[in-house]
Amino acid sequence: MILKYLIEKEFKQIKRNKFLSRLVFIFPFMMLAILPQAANFEVKDINLCVIDNNHTTYSQRLVQKIAASDYFHITTISTDYRQALKSIELDKSDIILEIPGTFEQDLIRNQVANVMISANAVNGMKGGLGSSYLAGILAEYNSEIRVELMPSTPKLAQSGMEITKIFRFNPELKYKYMMVPAIMVMLLTMICGFLPAFNIVSEKENGTIEQMNVTPVNKFTLILSKLIPYWVIGFIVLTICFGVAWLFYGMWPKGSLLTIYLFASVFVLAFSGLGLIISNYAKTLQQAMFMAFFIIISFIFMSGLYTPVDNMPQWAQYISDISPLKYFIRVMRLVYLKGSSTADLIKPFLTLCGFALIFNTWAVLSYRKSSN
Amino acid sequence: MSKSTFSSERKKTPRENWNFFIAFVRKEFYHIFRDRMSMLILLVMPILMLILFGYALNTEVKNSKIAVYDPSHDEVTRALVEKLQVNNYFVLHKMLKSPDEVDKCFKSGEVAMIIVFSENFYENLLHGGHAQIQLLADGSDPNTASTITTYATNIIAGYQQDLLKMDKIPYQITPEIKLLYNPSMVAAYNFVPGVMGMIILLICAMMTSVSIAREKENGTMEILLVSPMKPLYVILSKAVPYFFLSIVNLFTILVVSVFVMGVPIAGSFFWLIVLSLLYIFVSLALGLLISSVVNTQMAAMLISAMGLMMPVMLLSGMLFPSENMPVFLQLIGDTIPAKWYIEAVKKIMIKGLGVGAILNELAVLTVMAVALISISLRNFKIRLE
Amino acid sequence: MNTKEIMPEGKVIVARNLTKMFGNFTAVDHISFEVDKGEIFGFLGANGAGKTTAMRMLCGLSKQTSGQAWVAGFDITGESESIKKCIGYMSQKFALYEELEVWENIRLYAGIYGVPEKEIAPRTDELLQRLGFENEKNTLVKSLPLGWKQKLAFSVAIFHEPKIVFLDEPTGGVDPATRRQFWELIYQAADRGITVFVTTHYMDEAEYCNRVTIMVDGRIDALDSPKNLKQQYDAKNMDEVFHQLARNAKRAEK
Repeated sequence: MILKYLIEKEFKQIKRNKFLSRLVFIFPFMMLAILPQAANFEVKDINLCVIDNNHTTYSQRLVQKIAASDYFHITTISTDYRQALKSIELDKSDIILEIPGTFEQDLIRNQVANVMISANAVNGMKGGLGSSYLAGILAEYNSEIRVELMPSTPKLAQSGMEITKIFRFNPELKYKYMMVPAIMVMLLTMICGFLPAFNIVSEKENGTIEQMNVTPVNKFTLILSKLIPYWVIGFIVLTICFGVAWLFYGMWPKGSLLTIYLFASVFVLAFSGLGLIISNYAKTLQQAMFMAFFIIISFIFMSGLYTPVDNMPQWAQYISDISPLKYFIRVMRLVYLKGSSTADLIKPFLTLCGFALIFNTWAVLSYRKSSN
Repeated sequence: MSKSTFSSERKKTPRENWNFFIAFVRKEFYHIFRDRMSMLILLVMPILMLILFGYALNTEVKNSKIAVYDPSHDEVTRALVEKLQVNNYFVLHKMLKSPDEVDKCFKSGEVAMIIVFSENFYENLLHGGHAQIQLLADGSDPNTASTITTYATNIIAGYQQDLLKMDKIPYQITPEIKLLYNPSMVAAYNFVPGVMGMIILLICAMMTSVSIAREKENGTMEILLVSPMKPLYVILSKAVPYFFLSIVNLFTILVVSVFVMGVPIAGSFFWLIVLSLLYIFVSLALGLLISSVVNTQMAAMLISAMGLMMPVMLLSGMLFPSENMPVFLQLIGDTIPAKWYIEAVKKIMIKGLGVGAILNELAVLTVMAVALISISLRNFKIRLE
Repeated sequence: MNTKEIMPEGKVIVARNLTKMFGNFTAVDHISFEVDKGEIFGFLGANGAGKTTAMRMLCGLSKQTSGQAWVAGFDITGESESIKKCIGYMSQKFALYEELEVWENIRLYAGIYGVPEKEIAPRTDELLQRLGFENEKNTLVKSLPLGWKQKLAFSVAIFHEPKIVFLDEPTGGVDPATRRQFWELIYQAADRGITVFVTTHYMDEAEYCNRVTIMVDGRIDALDSPKNLKQQYDAKNMDEVFHQLARNAKRAEK
C-alpha cells in the first residue's frame, strides 16, 4: 500500500512545519472572532443635518419626529445650504434635509409642500436606504397631518390592509448570522485551496517532485496522497470554527452536524482539486501564488459571500454558476440557520460532487510525470 | 593587510555606485518580464477586480425570488401579485398550494420572501375592513430581508391608494431626493478607491517581499550581498521595479475607471498622484519590512495575504462601512495605511474636494512611510552588516 | 518513427540514436551505446554537454525527440512505468525530504519501491550501521552536512536493490576524500550486481569506471574503457583525453 507511506510523509511534514500548523489554528480563530463584528451593513446612526427655514410648529414637529427615530441622529441644525454641504464633505453628516421657508403656507393653503433631501451617495447603500427611510418617516408624518386636518374621512385615511413583517430564522436581523457560515466557507476555501497547491509547487522547486516522478508511484496515488491530509485539515478547521462560533456568538448549527461535514468533505475535495490544477500549471511558487490568490478571491466574492448572487447582473450570475463556493455557501447558510437537511439539498449536493469529480479528474490528467 | 585595489575594498565613486544600482534594477526587471504568466496576471488582475467589484458586486437589491400563498384568489390579491412582479424588485418563483409548503420552500433556499394572504381577502377588505398580508422574509440575509419587506410594503401601500381611487390626495408633502456625488448610485464609486488601495498593496508589499524572500531561499541573496554594492542598495534595487509596476497599474485602474466605468476624477489629478505615490512608498516599506523577518517565499506570501490583504479588505472601510464596526476594530483599522489612502482617494476622486480636505490623511501616510522605511532599513542593516 | 527493433540480449541499457531537441537546439545528438550488467558506466562531459538530458530520457523523466532505448529490458517509449520499478535515481539536488528524519526518508522510499514492511526497520538499522550513521537516525536531513546527504541519497536510491541506479553528478561540492568514500559505496553496489550509470564532469572520477563515454555538444565522441582511451589519445590521464576532444567543442561551458 504505497499510499500509506506517502500519507505518513505528508502528515509528518505538516506537523513539523510550525508556521503552517500555527496558521491552521490561529487564522480561523482570528477571522471568526473579528470578521463578523466588522461586517455590518446595518444602516443606522445616519447623521442628518437639518435646515429649517420655516420655524413653525409643523416643521418643528417633523424634525422632532425624525429625531425620535432610531435611524437618524441629528448632528446640526443649520441655516445655510452651503454650510450643510460642507458637513457632508467632511463626513460629519450623511444627509441634508432642507425645509423651505414657505413650508407651512404651502401645506395648509396650497395643499402641496416640498422638502429637499440631499444624500451622500458615495456609499450607495447608506445614501439610498437613508433617503428611503427619511421618505418613509415623512410619509408617516404626512398621514398624521392629513388625519388631523381632515377628520371626516376615516375610511380614506385608514388603511384596510394589515401588513405584518416576520423575519424567519433571524428575527432580529443580526448580520453575524449571515456572515458566520460564509466565513467558515471562506476559511475552508483558502486553506484547502492554497495549501495543497503551494505544497506541490514547493516540491517542484526543490526537486523532490522529480524524485517522486522517477518512482513507480502513479499519479493518481500521488495526488490522492496530497489531497487526503488537507481533507483532514479541513475537518479540523471546520470543527474549530464551530467551537469559535459557539463561544463568541452563541451560534450552533440548527441542522445536523453530519450534513455539514458531508457537504464540507465534498467541497474540500473539489476545491483542493482546483488548487492542484493550479499547481500543475504553475512553474514557480510565485506563479502558483498569484493564480491561486486571484482565482480564490474572485470566487469568494462572486459566490454570494458578501453580496447576494441574486443582485448580480445576469452575466455575473452565470460566472457564479461555475463556482463551487456558491453552492456550498448557500448550503452552509441553509443548514446552519434554517436546519435544512440533506434531503432538502439534493441538487447542490450533486452539483458539488460533480465539481469534485471534474476538478480532480482534470488534476490527475494534467499531472505530468515526464515532461515533453 | 596592505591597501588593495580590489573593487570590493576600494571606496566607490558615486558614479560607480549608481551604475551598479542600475545594473541590479535592470536584472530585476528581466526577472519579472521573463515570467510571462505572472506579468499577465499582474496587469490583468486590477482590471478584472475593478469589473468584478464595480459591476458584479451590487448591494442594490433586485430580482429577488418570492413565493405567494393565496387562498383567496380574488381580483385584489391577483392584482397585488401582478403589481409585485411588474417592477424589477421581485420575480415570482412559484405559487404555493398549502401553508405547509412554506417551510420547505425556505429550507431549500428557493426564495427570499413568501407573501401570505388571508382568506376572503377582498370581502374582508370591503365589509370588515381588515385583510391581512404576511410578509415572511428570510432573515438569514438581513440586508435583503429588510429591503424587500420595505419595497413590498411600499408597493402594497401604493396599490391601496389606487384602489381607493383618490384623484387628488390633499395635504401632500413631497420630498425631492438628490443624490450627491454619485447621482446614478453606481456601486463602482465606492469600490474603485478600495481596489486601488488593494492592488497597490498587493504589488508593493506582497510581490516585493516574495521577491526578496525568494533570493534568501535560493541562497542567491548571499551572492548579491558580496557584490561591490552596498547591501542596502541591493534590497532597494529589488523594490524599484515594483514601484514602476504599481504606477503602471495605478494608471490602468484610473483609465478603466474613468473611461469604462464612468467614475470621474472630480478633483485634482495632481494631488491624486501625489497621494498615491505616498501610499506606494508606504506599501513598499511594508514589503521590505515583511521580507526582513521571513525566510521563505511561502511565509512572505502567507503573511502578506493573511496578515495584510485580509485586514485591508475587511477593516479599511472598503467593503464594510467602518462606522458600524465596534470601536476596537475601528482603531485597528486606523493603523492600516490603506484605510487612510482609500478615504483620501474618495475625497479627491469622487467628491472632488481640494487638497485641504486630505491634509490629515497626507500627514498620517507620511508619518507611516517614514516610520516604516526607517524600521525596515534598520532591520536590514542589522541583518546584513 | 522508427520500426521497433528487437533489443539485444543481456544488455541492461541499450540506446540507439537517442536524440532530444528543444526547439532548434539539439541537446542530445543521436547517441548510441550499450551497458552490461554490473558495469560502472560513466557519462563524462563538460557542463551543458547533454549528460543530464540523456539520463533523464533513460529514466522516463523526459520524452525523446527521436531514437530508441531500452532499460532493464523495457522500452522507454511506453514502458517507462515498468522501468521505474527496476531503477534507482539520485539527482543533482539529492532530493531527500529535508524536514523528515533520516530513517523516515529511508522508510518512505523503501515502502514506495515495495520492500516488505517488516524488513524496512531492520534493514534501515543495518544500513545506518554500515555507513556509520547510527547516531543520526533521528536527525532531520536538513541538519546533515553535504557529504552525508550524498551518501544517504545514494543508499536510499539502492535500498530496494534495483537493477540499475542512475546518478546525476552525485559528488558535487565535497572534498576529494569524501568523494572517494562515495565511490567506495558505488563499488560495493556494483559488486552486488547493480549496474551504475553515473554522469560527472570530474575527469578523475572517470578512472573509477569500467567504461566511459565523453559527450561533446550532445554527441558521444568517445566510448571505451579509461585505459584504452588514454592509450588511444596518448594521454597521461582522462583530463588530457578530454581536453583533446573538447578543443573542438562549440558549446561553451555554461
